[in-house]
Amino acid sequence: MTPTTAPASLRRRRRANGLLGLVAWLCGIAFFLPVAWMVLTSLHSEQDAATNPPSLTAPLTLHGYREFFGAGGGGLSPWPPLVNSLTASVLSTLLVLLLAVPAAYALSIRPVRKWSDVLFFFLSTKMLPLVAGLLPVYLVAQNTGLLDDIWLLVVLYTSMNLPIAVWMMRSFLAEVPVEMLEAASLDGAGLATTLLRIVGPVALPGIAATALISFLFSWNELLFARVLTGVVAGTSPVFLTGFVTSQGLFLAKVCAAATVISLPVLAAGFAAQDKLVQGLSLGAVK
Amino acid sequence: MRARSPGNRRARTAAPAALALALALTTTGCYRGAGDTGNDGSDTINVLMVNNPQMVDLQRLTARHFTAKTGIKVHFTLLPEDDLRDKMSQDFSSQAGQYDVASLSNYETPIYARNGWLTPLGERAAKDPEFDQRDILAPVRSSLTAADGKIYAEPFYGESSFLMYRKDVLADAGLTMPDRPTWRQVAALAAKLDGARKGMKGICLRGQPGWGQLAAPLTTVVNTFGGTWFDKDWKPGVDSPEFTRATQFYVDLVREHGEAGAPQAGYTECLNDMQQGKVAMWYDATAGVGSLESDGSKVAGKIGYVPAPVEKTKSAGWLYTWAWGVQKASRHQGAAWKFVSWASGKGYERLVGKEWGWSRAPGGKRASLYRDPEYRKESGAFAAATEEAIRTARPDDPGVQPRPAPGIQFVGIPEFSDLGTKVSQEISAALAGKQSVAAALAESRRLAQEVSDAYTDR
Repeated sequence: MTPTTAPASLRRRRRANGLLGLVAWLCGIAFFLPVAWMVLTSLHSEQDAATNPPSLTAPLTLHGYREFFGAGGGGLSPWPPLVNSLTASVLSTLLVLLLAVPAAYALSIRPVRKWSDVLFFFLSTKMLPLVAGLLPVYLVAQNTGLLDDIWLLVVLYTSMNLPIAVWMMRSFLAEVPVEMLEAASLDGAGLATTLLRIVGPVALPGIAATALISFLFSWNELLFARVLTGVVAGTSPVFLTGFVTSQGLFLAKVCAAATVISLPVLAAGFAAQDKLVQGLSLGAVK
Repeated sequence: MRARSPGNRRARTAAPAALALALALTTTGCYRGAGDTGNDGSDTINVLMVNNPQMVDLQRLTARHFTAKTGIKVHFTLLPEDDLRDKMSQDFSSQAGQYDVASLSNYETPIYARNGWLTPLGERAAKDPEFDQRDILAPVRSSLTAADGKIYAEPFYGESSFLMYRKDVLADAGLTMPDRPTWRQVAALAAKLDGARKGMKGICLRGQPGWGQLAAPLTTVVNTFGGTWFDKDWKPGVDSPEFTRATQFYVDLVREHGEAGAPQAGYTECLNDMQQGKVAMWYDATAGVGSLESDGSKVAGKIGYVPAPVEKTKSAGWLYTWAWGVQKASRHQGAAWKFVSWASGKGYERLVGKEWGWSRAPGGKRASLYRDPEYRKESGAFAAATEEAIRTARPDDPGVQPRPAPGIQFVGIPEFSDLGTKVSQEISAALAGKQSVAAALAESRRLAQEVSDAYTDR
């Protein structure tokens, strides 16, 4: 029997699968190309980076990276902004987890009364466009002396990411089988034991996914950081925009800066990859 | 058993948490971020400036040549032009005092001064014999003087606009550039130079929307064609025959013999085109020579400079200067002035000249620079042309009719940045062939009328 005699439905399905695969590849490449382009441009000299049409084969140089790290002599150091970004992202992520996990517990495993109203209240805090809150926040910060203060960003990022984290964590905790909790309580486990030894391991991938999302959003936030920080608490995205100039060439420098600034996020993503895949597919593999 | 009520349990878990939080806050109470201590120390100032090459040079020289001598530490924040304006107006309008010194242009200075956001600098300058206020070129000085007659900012560098052209390309084509070209002559040259080399267009003119982009060169063309944005009674002149003729001329010239991708081309794109030999002429800021004549530039030494082309006026170049203003709310007025007097002082241009070559010196502000024999020798190609362009600029009377507000390539009112940008969007669309010049200006007239109403009602 030759393959051509395979049932028509099977062949059709194979062809459809192949086609879907092709589309997936194309989408993947379309998303990856700009990133690859950024890395390539970051390795070109400013003159080559600015040519039109773009020159793919131009000689490679680390000049953009040297500029970014301030090797030009007396240039601005990128370390304070990177440390600031790290401080704001890590601390706000920890705070988010500290608040979101108990909140999600009280909304799924031991739901409080009217828990769905509470859940929608959380979501409703995200309905106001961020930019609408900018001026009031600026004025409050100015009057409380919190302008250009990293702690303000920690608080803001925590409050910005908390609703999403609560929603995410709730959906993960809702997947914890009630039978397991019942079995644990039958065996005499208290609340602490149940949380640490039953809920914890099951929810860990969910916590990892939530932490990563919160970290990403804080790390990449530009709008508030740009307005509320200055000399002391400026974060990396703000620092990145500082390379743009209306007089002179800057593409290679900006691409080098963008590449370096993306690295911590990529690292966090890779580190959490296993847990992330588990977390994101938690609902599918009951 | 009432003792184990949920309330008490909550209190017991809350206590350690509160304690930990309090501890964290006290140990970290002083920490505000990684970017050094800010301007709390008396000998530390914060400077906000636009990210132009001259400012980057300044930043690199500060530690070695300013802080080492005065003991004053300087923290810089560099931002792109638009972001700088946002940040500056935010900090200055609320007098938050986050920045002691900021780079502002002759467009903002009179407006900020009128709002009371800036410290007058004239007295300090007069008491500082080394500074020599009278050395500053008259048009630049007057453009930084507010309506009350006081000086509110000291220039860092000044620029006008002129026509840059490839001497070698013109010579090969058997063409000569007139000493004082008119726009008609430039258009005729552009037609002949179009295609003089492979892929070379006749001229580069900004087409990117923005009051500081397309609107700047276009307004100088409008001025010399006899048009104006507003007459002295604030009546809009945007759709007048002169304004229309000038705009039509500009659009036709760019569409027929201008750079590729004109609707997106601003200063940077034109600079690139010029450096890569993609255009034979470029009408733009005199500050362009810094890049064109620098080491490593492929066209260094091949470029000629003539005054801005004219039609009905004697001169047409614009006047723009980046200057230092001190915020009124700053608590470091003395240190701020020391920084300003160093950066705008006589010695600074020489310092840059020695470090990196004279083409990078932030010129266009002091007469003494143009008398410096060393500078004249090194920069013969463009020094005289730049100085003349700035000296002949007339910010208070740039056209053929009296104006209601100062400014050559802009109208010195806060509303202009918005108006200029919107109108230039319309004209950029005309450059792209999406609409006619008449349609672009009809819409512009409506926008200008709104501004006009605001001023005539007062």
